[in-house]
Amino acid sequence: MGSIGSHEVLRLSVNGRSHELLVKPYATLLEILREDLRLTGTKHGCEAGECGACVVLIDGAPQLSCLVLPGQINGSEVTTIEGVTNGSELHPVQQAFMDHGALQCGYCTPGMVLSSVALLESNPAPSREEIKEALSGNLCRCTGYASIIEAVEDAGRSMA
Amino acid sequence: MTNVVTETSSDLRVIGKSLPRVDAVGKLIGLTAYADDMELPNTLYCKLLRSHHPHARVLSIDTSAAKALDGVAAVITGEDLPIKYGIMPTSQDEHALENEKVRFVGDPVAAVAAVDEETALAACRLIKVEYEPLEAIESIEHALLAPSDEPIHDYAGPGNIHRMGALEFGDVDQGFENASHIREDVFFYEGNTHLPMEQHSAIATFVGDQLTLWSSTQNPHYVHRALARVFDMPMGHIRVVAAPHGGGFGGKSDPFSHEMAVCKLAMVTGRPVKCTLTREEVFYVHRGRHPVLMWVRTGVSNDGKILAMHFRTALDGGAYGSYGPASMLYTGALQTTTYNIPAYRFEGVRVFTNKAPCGPKRGHGTPQPRFALELHLDKIAEEIGLDPVELRRRNYVKPYTRTINHLRITSCGIEEVTDQVIEASGFLNRKRRLGHGMGFAISSYMCGAGLPIYWNKLPHSECIIQVNRGGVSLYCGATDIGQGSDTVLATVAAEQLGLQPTDIRITSGDTGLTPVDLGSYSSRVTFMAGNAALQAAHEMRNILVEAVAEKMECSPQEVMVGDGKIGELTFEEAATLAQEKLGVLATRGSYAPPPNIGGKFKASGVGPSPAYSYSAAVVDLDADPYSGEIQLNKVWLAHDIGRSINALAVKGQVEGGVYMGLSEAMMEGQLYRHGLHKQPSMLDYKSFTFFEMPEVDTFLVETVDLEGPYGAKEVGQGPLLPVIPAVASAVHDALGVWIDEVPITPDKIMRALDAKAKGREGRYGPKNFPKISYPSIVKVPPFDASSSPF
Repeated sequence: MGSIGSHEVLRLSVNGRSHELLVKPYATLLEILREDLRLTGTKHGCEAGECGACVVLIDGAPQLSCLVLPGQINGSEVTTIEGVTNGSELHPVQQAFMDHGALQCGYCTPGMVLSSVALLESNPAPSREEIKEALSGNLCRCTGYASIIEAVEDAGRSMA
Repeated sequence: MTNVVTETSSDLRVIGKSLPRVDAVGKLIGLTAYADDMELPNTLYCKLLRSHHPHARVLSIDTSAAKALDGVAAVITGEDLPIKYGIMPTSQDEHALENEKVRFVGDPVAAVAAVDEETALAACRLIKVEYEPLEAIESIEHALLAPSDEPIHDYAGPGNIHRMGALEFGDVDQGFENASHIREDVFFYEGNTHLPMEQHSAIATFVGDQLTLWSSTQNPHYVHRALARVFDMPMGHIRVVAAPHGGGFGGKSDPFSHEMAVCKLAMVTGRPVKCTLTREEVFYVHRGRHPVLMWVRTGVSNDGKILAMHFRTALDGGAYGSYGPASMLYTGALQTTTYNIPAYRFEGVRVFTNKAPCGPKRGHGTPQPRFALELHLDKIAEEIGLDPVELRRRNYVKPYTRTINHLRITSCGIEEVTDQVIEASGFLNRKRRLGHGMGFAISSYMCGAGLPIYWNKLPHSECIIQVNRGGVSLYCGATDIGQGSDTVLATVAAEQLGLQPTDIRITSGDTGLTPVDLGSYSSRVTFMAGNAALQAAHEMRNILVEAVAEKMECSPQEVMVGDGKIGELTFEEAATLAQEKLGVLATRGSYAPPPNIGGKFKASGVGPSPAYSYSAAVVDLDADPYSGEIQLNKVWLAHDIGRSINALAVKGQVEGGVYMGLSEAMMEGQLYRHGLHKQPSMLDYKSFTFFEMPEVDTFLVETVDLEGPYGAKEVGQGPLLPVIPAVASAVHDALGVWIDEVPITPDKIMRALDAKAKGREGRYGPKNFPKISYPSIVKVPPFDASSSPF
């Protein structure tokens, strides 16, 4: 990473598009996405790595973007909720969330969807225990979780 | 209004179906802009400086260094916002920024607007506040004593008492005299918080003389009123918009300091100003579940009939009034909507303490007494050797009756919900073994508060439907906080107009664009806004049908509506035809509860509702006698929904309510040490994850309420209520000890087991209820039956 004054140059691919960004070395990926790139689909619930609302995929793996600093991700590929949809067609996980009522206020949903996408890409037919394990870092206060588990199972079947 | 339910269930095309919510796609693709996602050109960012003292006089505030900091646009203090406000007319006790005294850690004293949050925070650190600490009041017992220096507030009283109430219905003394068995118990319910995923956020503009606030609020109507008061501005110059909402549960129901601050700063700077709370601040803003200490005494006959009940509560209100007067009365109001209590005495008190203010959380003031009441009945049943389900059944209220405290009961599925969970769970034939238990409890909740928070004669909910260019727009002040109110309104309108819910464009929660709705609280939206939407949609249907009938040269009764068609015409053709003929196509609906649903005594405003939902729960769990750990196995929850508007959404509300009930039953607590919140983070404040949540079997009972829209009743709050006592009851079933205090944690179970092993009572909970000088009892005369058929 190069630097200009107190800022650093961050090279990042977000949802398939390359960016060269001038960022503060202590800016979090969450802030970079929401404030610099205006990708506000990534939510914040705590900014301390506790709630999972800010989960994005970094090189395919789910990460809490509120805990990631520029120095950790130079050259990485990031997928946010805005990059999950294929054109105007919902990803099978999004479709299943919709069909199963797996969202209410929707605030945890982007993180929940990305954690689920990551799980199903590595394990298309997870057991209920595996789903719980993969999503246990994502809190939801509305649904009681059951519909989310059903949605992930269903999405796995349609992705298989 | 008259109801327009003409369809039988099989005639319904979209009502009751499991359809996706109308706002699902925007939320799923990350496009829905919540308040903090909004960005206006040239926005400034606001941070509040909050007190680190629980109770202190503010001697001086010096903002000069903060104002001088590069990037700071404005700094304001309490001097700039001198007018007090509060959600309840009787408790206008909050300044947006306090400049005389702070009352809890987190009370705001100054606000900064700067080019970014970092600069605003740096400026806050440069503000010098000189405090003179006062004694901090930290418990109910402490608040009941005479203050050693000064009370937290100089109104109400004596001392730190905020509100008291004492009512009696029927002859309680005589009831106890007639009783063959009398029992007394004491319970405590710890406070807890809503923990919405979204941190509160607000953004304001002041352009010309027009103030606009977008906020993550549940109640734009009440925020609108509070802004008009605080800024002494005409209502017509203020617009409050409820932004798409990231979870409320009651926590975004008050007007808040940060909302006032961004408005004032927008006026001062002429620029948009945004404030988003940190998670830590969300814990301080709170307005959550009151800690409540409860004492209950009940007399029953030989066969288990309740003859008299005396219920006392003491609520720890925290630092401000908030909804407190209502919260206090709610701890005594709804005991009678499940059980026929022929003589009932209630005494309640709410005290001020130097903690974050309490307010309404899902179930508002009723989960605490419900927990106490259900366990108390379990204990009575055990003592008189009666099955706990049977004891309850012998006392259940009947449909279309009047309670002793004058509440009108209409549709009532209490027997049916009981049957559903008892049969499905096998409760009566459960295997008894150490460490395994099942618990049963029931509850009831309002379908909207029968009276508004402030006295006025406006309808509680209004709706406008416009058909224009072939499309339908629905305008209603109701606020979708995630519970699905937009989906309810769209579904009701779609059913009437023969369309799909996604065909209806909804504009809601905007005081500038939508007619009055009081807000998303007291489970009022489906019943009240749903009825307003139904009326408006039905009128629009009639207009379209008449236009088509005229063209088809047939009677309106012959015009079928459905599947996107009105008679032989498509909806778009019919709409165009009617608009060509009549010009603007706009219809309206409004709803106000009937006048006879409650009593006319002082304090009768809390409790009445046009209908009550009923819920029953059975909880199955394993409780480890060696560690006190609880493993939840399964929950059966049956809910009298009246009729489902959207079965998928109803199931979601049931599961969400069960989840929230379990989580607060077992781990949630808003705890303090020396005035400091002990766990103001999502890691330290424990709540259920995927791991803790058990399977939930949901049963919906449709009693088709005669006044509900399509017969619908509420589901947002009711299903939480029976879950908490059912957990405690199941723990007793498993281990033979009573945990009379929420949350039910392993340490409490181990203490109760330890007490039992040492030959003492196998119980954990408060030992005594403090001596409280309640006001003299107001003996309320019986309901005047001539004023109502029941």
